[in-house]
Amino acid sequence: MEKRPPIYGIMAEFHSPEALVAAAQRAHGAGYRRMDGYTPFPVEGLAEAVGFHKTRLPLLVLIGGLTGLIGGLGMQVYLSSVAYPLNVGGRPLVSIPYFIPVTFELTILLAALTAVFGMLALNGLPMPYHPVFNDPRFEMASRHRFFLCIEARDPQFDLEKTSRFLQQMSPDDVVAIEH
Amino acid sequence: MATTQSDNDRAVEELDNIPSRLDPRFSVIGPGHDYASVTDKISSLVLTEKVGKGWWFGFGLSFLLTMVLLYSITWLLIKGTGIWGNNVPVAWAFDIINFVWWIGIGHAGTLISAILLLLRQDWRTSINRFAEAMTLFAVACAGMYPALHTGRPWLDYWLFPYPNTMGMWPNFRSPLLWDVFAISTYATVSFLFWFIGLIPDLATLRDRAANKTARAVYGMLALGWRGSAIHWKRYSTAYMLLAGLATPLVISVHTIVGFDFAISLIPGWHATIFPPYFVAGAVYSGFAMVLTIGIPMRRIYGLEDFITMRHLNNMSKVMLAMGLIVGYGYAMEAFFAWYSGSFYEWFMMANRAFGLYWPAYWALILTNILIPQLLWFRRFRTNTVILWMISIVINIGMWLERFVIIATSLAADYMPSSWEMYYPTVWDWAMFLGTIGLFFALMFLFIRFLPVISIFEMRELIHEVSHHSGDEKH
Repeated sequence: MEKRPPIYGIMAEFHSPEALVAAAQRAHGAGYRRMDGYTPFPVEGLAEAVGFHKTRLPLLVLIGGLTGLIGGLGMQVYLSSVAYPLNVGGRPLVSIPYFIPVTFELTILLAALTAVFGMLALNGLPMPYHPVFNDPRFEMASRHRFFLCIEARDPQFDLEKTSRFLQQMSPDDVVAIEH
Repeated sequence: MATTQSDNDRAVEELDNIPSRLDPRFSVIGPGHDYASVTDKISSLVLTEKVGKGWWFGFGLSFLLTMVLLYSITWLLIKGTGIWGNNVPVAWAFDIINFVWWIGIGHAGTLISAILLLLRQDWRTSINRFAEAMTLFAVACAGMYPALHTGRPWLDYWLFPYPNTMGMWPNFRSPLLWDVFAISTYATVSFLFWFIGLIPDLATLRDRAANKTARAVYGMLALGWRGSAIHWKRYSTAYMLLAGLATPLVISVHTIVGFDFAISLIPGWHATIFPPYFVAGAVYSGFAMVLTIGIPMRRIYGLEDFITMRHLNNMSKVMLAMGLIVGYGYAMEAFFAWYSGSFYEWFMMANRAFGLYWPAYWALILTNILIPQLLWFRRFRTNTVILWMISIVINIGMWLERFVIIATSLAADYMPSSWEMYYPTVWDWAMFLGTIGLFFALMFLFIRFLPVISIFEMRELIHEVSHHSGDEKH
């Protein structure tokens, strides 16, 4: 088993989202791969700059929705024709127009549940503890500062070199993050 | 930077001739704000040590009415629906009127959160959080009625398809069952949409709270959110998907509620115009309730920089548009009554306007059609007091609309021998006022413990606005 590095990583604090995106792009260009940005609101281009490109969430939501659709329609067709057939005004037992509202609602319900719980699961939330919370200034990440953290697990990571590299991009602050 | 009411009035007079896109009061956010100031302003309403006497008074009064609700429900469960004024033929009365009224009110929250997001309207940002909370509380009040009006509410679980010893399954061809699925889905999806939107703001509160208990509670609710860029990417995707799902959902829910009437045979109910007419009416009353809550809230808590004249102006315009669609619906009902050649349709219309319930019908025309025409004039759209009064009038009007549809059509349908008047009892009123109390009690709790405006979306808005104007705001 790989020995855990002594620190989690190095965090640089920036004043603006543009500075953070530029820094992330430079870091990615320099070959760093294990890094992440931390911002108080979603910043366009940042996820791509730190190397994240495609999320599986839309596909999962589609699958969830289709499950609701087929499940809902199938349930109604089965229950109305086989399990408990009811003659209501001589209408056909499998009366699709009548089955549309419930089918529609179940499609939306399952798709929405997948979107929410899928997003949380893919993000690994809830995760009450994370090493970045050890930075006393990190609380600014939910207010008005923008952070870039390069993890020590990155193959190119070196405490001196990475710190100097981050300092070149004139951040407000550079700190080492304990585990 | 807060503007006072008299400033607003003078400014309206001076600026009445300037188009609103050049009028500084109509910008989407007040001047001089940055990421830190919006965070601090909104979170300070929650993290404050002292809560004003006004809050205690409002919450106390609402809680008192909630106790009235509790008392009414208890008596209902003990004695049964006979305590209400429902009879035969008016088997549906306040229970369904209030159910439809509350569900309709809830629709604006979802429209603002979801539909305005998809239409990329930046003026949704400062109003969507409390509008979505309003939806949740309205749906909670609405949901009690179908659950309790069944006569034997302890058997409500029979509405759901589950394998049982009786070998029975629900009748999927009934709009009442469609309602069960629609309202359950709507409540669930609204709650999830609202909660997901709250997660980053709960993280903000966690980080800014001084009180240890507050930090722990907000921390647990924030699920450990740290603002990671990768998380934000998935989050934004989920948010947009939820908005795309919630949009057809909100339209379908009130359509299905409209089907409760339209699928039947009663004159005045069996009309194909009901789905769009009901949805427009729902948005109408929903925006009215958003204004009823939002106008005092922005004044009391000093949020005029975030909920500006632009928001009030735009909401008024949406209300006016919806009111015109509702008016078209009324006109079409009258037209169908004549054009159909059906004696029963014609009688239904004549009975509504000139029968024994005529005061309700003409009050409806006054409150829903005539008074809101004031919204054509910018002077009235931007006068907060008048706009607030108009919004309350519209909500009363929308209640009257459901009363007129349900009570007049049932009281006098096909056979004169079945005709009977409906009069509400004290328990009908008690339960209705009780639900209003519950709604406001929940709103007061929401204002106290959660951010009434979406903090992270306001920061995004600052970012966009500063980019458009060319200067950097930090």
